[in-house]
Order: sequence, then C-alpha cells, then structure tokens
Amino acid sequence: MTTTKAAPARAERRDADDPQGWQFNSSLVLTMVLLVVVALQGPIRRALSAPVMQSWMTVFVAVFVQALPFLVLGVLLSAIIAVFVPPSFFARALPGKPALAVPVAGMAGAVLPGCECASVPVAGALVRRGVTPAAALTFLLSAPAINPIVLTATAVAFPRHPQMVLARFVASLLVACAMGWLWQRLGRADWLRPPDRPSSDNLSKAAAFWGSVRHDVMHAGGFLVVGAMAAATLKAVVPADWLHAAADNPVVSILALAILAVLLSICSEADAFVAASLSQFSLTARLAFLVVGPMIDLKLFAMQAATFGRGFALRFAPATFTLAVLISALVGAVLL
Amino acid sequence: MNRQAQAAVMFLVGAAVLHAGFTDLHLRYVKAGLRPLLLAAGIVLIVAAIATVCYELRPRAAQETQETEQTQPEHHERRDHEVGHAQVGHAHREPRISWLLILPLLALILVAPPALGSYSAMRTGTALQPPWGFPTLPAGDPLKLSVGDYAGRAVYDHGRSLSGRRLKITGFIALDRSGEPYLVRMALNCCAADAQPVKIGLSGQIPAVLPPDAWLEVIGTYSGKQTKDPVNDGVIPFINVSEARRVPAPHDEYESGSS
Repeated sequence: MTTTKAAPARAERRDADDPQGWQFNSSLVLTMVLLVVVALQGPIRRALSAPVMQSWMTVFVAVFVQALPFLVLGVLLSAIIAVFVPPSFFARALPGKPALAVPVAGMAGAVLPGCECASVPVAGALVRRGVTPAAALTFLLSAPAINPIVLTATAVAFPRHPQMVLARFVASLLVACAMGWLWQRLGRADWLRPPDRPSSDNLSKAAAFWGSVRHDVMHAGGFLVVGAMAAATLKAVVPADWLHAAADNPVVSILALAILAVLLSICSEADAFVAASLSQFSLTARLAFLVVGPMIDLKLFAMQAATFGRGFALRFAPATFTLAVLISALVGAVLL
Repeated sequence: MNRQAQAAVMFLVGAAVLHAGFTDLHLRYVKAGLRPLLLAAGIVLIVAAIATVCYELRPRAAQETQETEQTQPEHHERRDHEVGHAQVGHAHREPRISWLLILPLLALILVAPPALGSYSAMRTGTALQPPWGFPTLPAGDPLKLSVGDYAGRAVYDHGRSLSGRRLKITGFIALDRSGEPYLVRMALNCCAADAQPVKIGLSGQIPAVLPPDAWLEVIGTYSGKQTKDPVNDGVIPFINVSEARRVPAPHDEYESGSS
C-alpha cells in the first residue's frame, strides 16, 4: 500500500524540479525508435528507392560525413580553449579601450578554430566574463569565418583561385569589425539579455572538457543535420536552371547566393565546398555566400536568440546581413 | 535527450563513421583523401561517448553507497533521473535538436544510399573544364582513359592525341529525354554534394539494351561528332564504339574533379 501511494507524489515532484519534463525517458525513446526502424527497414528501403529520394539521401549523407571530421576537430579545440584557457587571459589580452578592443577581438577570432556553432557559446561566455560586448560580438562574427581550419578548407575547395582565401579573410574581418564598432556606437545594453549558461566551474577539468565536447557535438551536430537536409533538398529537388537564371545578373547573383547562405545554414567549415560547386556563379557572388554564411543564417539566428535574447537577434541579424553583402561586393570587386 | 542517450547516439555515429571509413562505403560520399579524418572523427566520437558514460556513472556510484540503507526498489527510478542533473549542477535544457543526429545514422547504417547516378547526372549540365595540359599518352592497346580525360582531349585538344588509338573507357549509362545514351562519370572535388557529371555521347555499335545506371566498358576510337548539353550548353564529345560490355561498378564510382 505504501508504495502505490508514494509513487504519484514522487512523480509530481519530479515534474516540478526537473525542467526537462519528459526528456529523462529519452534513452527509452531512442531504443524504441531504433528498434522500430530496424523492424521496418524493408518498407523504409522500398519507400526510399525512387531516384529523387536516393539522390537526396546520398547528398544528405555526403554533406554530413564530409563535415563531421571538421566539426569534431572544431569542437575539440573549442573545448580545450573553453576549459584550459583561464578567463583572466581574455581580460588581460584585450585592450581596455573598446574601439581598440574590437579589431583585436576580430583578429583573435583567427586563433579560435571552430565553426559558428562553437563561437556562439564562447562569445556568450566572453560577455559573462566582462569582455566588452562590442569586442565579444566582433569575435562572434570573425571566429567562424577566418580561423585556420576554415581558410584551409577554402583553399582546398578553390584550388584554382587562391585569392578567394585572402578575399574571404579580408571581407569577413571587415564586416566583423564594422559590426563591433556599430554596436559600440548604437548598441544598448538592455538589448542584450545576459547569457545564462550552466557553470562548469565545480567540475574537474577532464569532466568539463568532455562535457563541452558532448554538448557541442550533439548541439552543432543536430544543426549540421538541418543544414545537410536543406542542402540535399536544394541539390535534389530545385532544378539547376533556377540557379542558372539567377547567375546571369551580377547584382541578382550576389543577393541570391547571400540569401542561399542564410537558408542553407551550412557549417562554415564545409561551406567552401558547396560554394565551389556553385560554379555557374561569379567569384564575387560566391564570396558573398562565404562571408554571409558564417555570420548569419537560420540556425545561427536561432542560437543567437537563445544566447543573447530575441530583441538582440532581431536587430543584429539584418544589420549583419546588409553589411556582409555590401562589403563582400566591395572586396570582391577589388580582389577577385 | 539525456546524457545516456546522447552517449549512445555519439557511440553509434562514431561506429557508423568508422565502419564507412574501413570499408569502401565512404567512397560513395566523399573523396578518398578524407578517410584518415573520418577515422579520427569516429574514434573521437566513441571516446567522447565512453567518457560521457563514465562521468554519468561516477556520481551515481557515490550516491548508491550513501543510500545503502534504503532498499525499496522504487528509489532507483527517482535516483536515475535526478543524479544526471543534480550532481552536475545542470539546470540547462539539453538540446532537442540533437535528436536529428539519428537521421544520418539510420541513413548510413540501414539504407547506405548508392553513389550518385544517372538521375543526378541528367539534371546537371556536363562539367567539363579545360585541362591544364595534354601530357603524352602512354603506350597500350586498347589504352585505358578516364571519362574526364577523354572528354577534355576530345573537346579542347580536338582529339589530336587520340587519333588512331583504340581507347577503353568505363562509365555508367544515363539516358536523356529522347532516350539517347551517354557514358557518364561523376567528378568529385570533396563530397557528393559538389559532384558534377562529365558526359560522352555514344555512336557506332551501341548495345541494343542500355538500362540507366548500368556500368559499361566501351572500346572505341575518337569521333569528331559533338553535341550540346541542354542543361548548361556544355560541349559533349562522342566516341565511336566498336565493343561494349557490361562490367560491375568500380570501387570508387567517382572521378577526381581536379585532374
């Protein structure tokens, strides 16, 4: 008797103090999903045998498999920096004057290898540790675009156009600094909701390291799947002649690829390869794709709104998009 | 998704990537050069999964020793879910987006979609680029050539280095809307998302039945005939076929795009 009465009370308390609600059952859900899919694999395979679906799945798996090593590398390095670099280091490294801190933070982005998924939490942590928001936002924008892994990937993807690497570096750094200075002039503190993330200070370094790796792999990996699905849909469903038509007009082509970058939400460590395949577009239009993509896209908007607040994201995203398109058109005209 | 489930997903994704890397499976999706990176990523994911499970079990073991007097079985359930969060001081919502990681896992393990074939090839224009140069062809009869090499020499060298040679080319069959057959290979720069076809038209003694996606080894000679790809106005050269036979698909169904 005592056990049956105790059970509902316990269940209520569980709901009250566990913010995740149903999620504690997810091991069970995962097992069920895997079992059901394995049991139904015959019908599922038959349903996916149409050429469109096959081609969709191949591109989907290909984007995921190709980006995964880069994602894992970025996550590992960002976990090392988040755990083994002391917070005081950032305070000492940055100049006290915000106007000077912005370009320094922009250049500092070059040494944080990682994709944009990793830079959002790092920028949030920087703000929390007292770094001036203008510098933290510059870092947020520049880190995913100009770090060595991304630039190497760009060089590999554009073997015949090495100037693409320089153009991407210059344009991304310019946009990041311009946004930092713009925030310093016009930004208001109440637009920023201070990032609220769990502290890992009471954990051992190894536990914090693997916790960071796990969180980033699962989080960024999920968004990578979204990007891979969008890219596969675009490749398998949208007729090639739509893009062909947009590629003819120089202004339209830049805007088209900038919007495409926002919609596709590809990880910055993989976007150069997609840009390389859009060979019917001019190099300037593809530069816009590479500059806009790491700074603002659908998944980044979601992450920025979650980290800094919606009021911030609604103002920050359109300004970043406009500046990124303008500056990449300018840099493309000069360098490409 | 709780941490045990996250560890399971990371482990499974890592194992699937390792499996793809150790077999020819990865060649359907990425170029061969990415293989070491794939294997390293798979190992890191598996280590991260094991580490996650270890850190999950450690506080629970400590708590179990404290609660040895309480022997009612119901307590286990409550402890299971509270420990994962209370011990780590974690009021943070675990990302729900990570459920999506199951999709590529299932696609890779259960379906293992094939390399891109005739469907993608006929939707995309031929991606023939002017080659860097035309190195002298080695001796051999028939001489083995890639689809890209033949098309490049036929179009941009006007077949000068090809005349008088018997050539052997392997590719898959793709049919255009009027049923005209082409011998195609997809060229890859990095992964299948950037794969673009190179097409060769077939003339001469073509087999009567040519199902799309069938792999064919043709022996033939240079033909001056050319046509335009309706998708992107790219040039498609022809080959004059004297023999053709069905062959199994090669290990790596793609050709390298940069060569």
